[in-house]
This record gives sequence, structure tokens and C-alpha cells, in this order.
Amino acid sequence: MTTETLKQTPLHDVHAALGARMIDFGGWHMPVQYGPILEEVNCVRTACGLFDLGHMGRFHVVGPDAIKFVDTIATNFCAKIPVGAIRYSLFCLEDGNPIDDVLLYREEQDVFIVVNAGNRDRDLAHLQKHAADFDCEVIDESYELDMIALQGQNSVAILEKLVEGCDVGAIKYYRFDFGTLCGIENVRISRTGYTGEDGFELYLPPTHSAAVWNALLEAGKGLGLQPIGLGARDTLRLEAGMPLYGHEIDDNHNPIEAGLNFGISFKEEKGDWLGRAALEAVKANPTQALVGITTDGKRVPRQGYKLFRGDEEVGYICSGSVSPTIKSNIGTAYVKLGNEEVGTQLELDIRGKRQACVVAPQPFYSRTRK
Amino acid sequence: MRPDDRKYTKSHEWIKFDGDTALIGITDFAVEELCNGNEGDLVYCDLPDADRVLEPGETFGEIESVKAVSDLNSPLPGTVIENNPLIEDHLDILSTDPWNKGWLIRIKPSAKTGSNLMTREEYEAFIAAEAH
Repeated sequence: MTTETLKQTPLHDVHAALGARMIDFGGWHMPVQYGPILEEVNCVRTACGLFDLGHMGRFHVVGPDAIKFVDTIATNFCAKIPVGAIRYSLFCLEDGNPIDDVLLYREEQDVFIVVNAGNRDRDLAHLQKHAADFDCEVIDESYELDMIALQGQNSVAILEKLVEGCDVGAIKYYRFDFGTLCGIENVRISRTGYTGEDGFELYLPPTHSAAVWNALLEAGKGLGLQPIGLGARDTLRLEAGMPLYGHEIDDNHNPIEAGLNFGISFKEEKGDWLGRAALEAVKANPTQALVGITTDGKRVPRQGYKLFRGDEEVGYICSGSVSPTIKSNIGTAYVKLGNEEVGTQLELDIRGKRQACVVAPQPFYSRTRK
Repeated sequence: MRPDDRKYTKSHEWIKFDGDTALIGITDFAVEELCNGNEGDLVYCDLPDADRVLEPGETFGEIESVKAVSDLNSPLPGTVIENNPLIEDHLDILSTDPWNKGWLIRIKPSAKTGSNLMTREEYEAFIAAEAH
């Protein structure tokens, strides 16, 4: 795909003006970095970062059957989510493997859903197909509603300068509210993120995106706020133990073996849902487990590298990164059961060369675990 | 700023003759692609030992940054005479001086030229086209 055919977010030209290095990410022309990636990671861990998430999908399931419908295609128990709260969930197929992982925002009657950029089209088709039998409608709001994230310990101090009619510091983790942001009414403000830090995700009309982006950067002057690219975002989420579709989970990797049980409900009251039987079978008889690994070697674990225990091949890498926060090279990997215990010594096969690594506790980084 | 005294490849290596041996390195463009102006982003470089025989285009090593791993390919066939002992612990040399101090290997080439080699002008036209 050439640059010309890539989709652009409403902030595309802002990134160009900031001198960002741009890449193809899920068909979108996105900033991978504005400066050194490792410095961007440190900036979010110690101060605050601003992220363009315009490429992600925003859907709204509206109508009397919205919640009932979502409970037939989502892995978690939507009806039990308190109104105003947000939960991690997945959309699986009959075989129990996910087509995406998502966040569900529970409203009184409706459900707002945020999905990954690369899966937007198939998620929408999937939802619309399965919603046909229900009294509800699946609306793609991606182009009417842009998305910006503010992440890091200074997020509250920065955001509260620009918001009226809503005490942003009082919004609890994984809850949302609405407020007036930079004079724009009814902006959805959610205390969520993909970095392991405190922070917010903001949903606003794309005509205001550049003004809000710039106002946030201005409000964050003196509080260390910098724009952050997708390169640092990937390291931040990996350090925080969060999965990325296409790495830890995909069409061939189910969420049970990925350790995402917190996003899956087998409660009887939920009723049947797409993938339930297959995932119950995996839960009863898993064959592999997702683990974290650290390595003191210079080389960085990367997707597809094989893992050995002596002469036996026992697994493979899903994601990897240099971690400036824990000062080691880190990764996630699937290993055959029996190799998942923390402390297990393994070897990475890096294009024919071995490098020692060890199974490490997850997440690598937690802001609340000191 | 790119020197005229050597030839370039599409995979961003350079080769410079020095008597009957030749030095091989990578270009500033390659370094920039790997680490985007941040020398700390280079993490690893694997180079061959002396006496290794290289076919034209053969991968003789790897260089790795925070973001990616790239193969190092030999512009000409030949035998490795030595590798640059400074590189392993001073990857920053590749950012500061890829043309002189940042050479990677010295080979005794078994051919003087190859159809894959470009002049500076040809190389610069090539990377200008690749960027669009």
C-alpha cells in the first residue's frame, strides 16, 4: 500500500507539522514517533503523553435490545456492567478465537464500543450481521467522533484546566462521564488507556480535534506533556501486560490461553454466546500459556522467534521490546504447559543464535505495585 | 555529504576500495531508517569473523535497533579479512561517522565490480524515489 492510499486521521497534518515519522498501521498513516521512542516511553511513565487514536473504531449499539444483543457476541457479561462503567471484552467466532478485543461502555440502554483500527471493517460487518435478529442498530460513529488519549500521572492536572461541568479527577478508573472540553459540550471522557498509567480517552467531533490537541499541549506545558507515537505506545502496553490483537491474540490464539479470563463470563445467566462452547473446552483442557519473558542479552525478542528449553522447542514470541522502565529486553510468548512457571530458564532462537531468557511475572510494570 | 569515493547498494550498504581490499559499511540513510536520528536506538550488530567467504549479496551480519532487525549484505563476493572491533561496544559510531570510523568489515573481493553497484548520484536518486 502506498502512502497515498493510506487513511488519515483528523490530526494527520498536525503530526506532519510536529515532524513525526509516519508509518502504515492497519491501513492508516500514523505517527510512530516524534522523537526517540524510549524517551517517549519515559515521558509517559514520569509525566504525561498525548496520543492520536483517530484510527481506532467507535461504534454505538442503540435500541431496546442493545445490551441483550451485545451479550450474544461479546465474551464478558454486558448486562452486569454498571451504567457508566467500561469493561474489556472480546468478539469471538464459533471456534473461540477472537476477531478483536474491545472496550464496552455501558449506557442506560445502549452500548458504546471501541475497537482496533485494523479490525474496524470486519467488526462492523460482524456486528451488523448478528444484530439483524435484534431490536437494535449498530452505528459506526468513527468518522463523527474522533479519539485522543492523555496518559500519565499529570493527566488530571492537565485535563481539568480545559474541562467544565465535570470533575475529571472524580471519574473512577474504567468509568466515563461527559463534560464540556474547550467549550465543546457533551464530550465523552473516559478514565481508560493502554499504557498502564492513569489517564483519559476523549471522544470529540473531528472538526475540533486539532484545536483540542493544541490546547492540551499548551495546558501541559510545564507538566511535561509531549505527543507520543505508536512505537512508545506498543512498549507501554507491553510493559503493562496488555495484549495487542495480531500478537497475543488473533484468529488462531484464543483469550483463555492468553490469560484474559477477566474479560470472559461463563455465568449461566449470560446465556449462550458466540465462541462460548469452544472456550469452555479450552478452559477445561488448555495446551499452552501466555507468559512474559525477560532477557539480559542485547537482542530484542520479536514476534515469531522460537523458544527452546534445552533441545526441545517449547514456544514462540508474540511481542517484544526494549523496556526502558524495567531496564531489560522483554517479550510475551506462548509456551507449552509445563514451561510457564516464573523463573523457568529458556533460550530464544534469534535467527539461529541462542540467547538466554527467563519467564517473568506479569505485568512487567504496574504503577500501583511498588 | 555522501562520499563519491565508493559504490552503493539498494540495501543501503557501501563498499570502498582500499588497495586490493575493500571496506563495507552502511549508509546514513540505513542508520536513519533504523534509529531515526537517535543513536541510543541501535542495540546490536553481528559481524562475521575473518576467513568467512561471502557470495555476492550474501547476508554477512545483522544490525538491530529498538524497532527492527536488518540484514547486512555483501555488495561483492570475497573473503572477510577483519571486522571493525569498535562496533560491538560503540554502535553510536554508526550514527556519528558511518563513512569512515563506522566501517563494518574489510574483505578481499574476488570481483572488482557488480551490476548491483550504484554511484553516489544513482544511490541518491534511488533513495529519493523510495521515499515517495
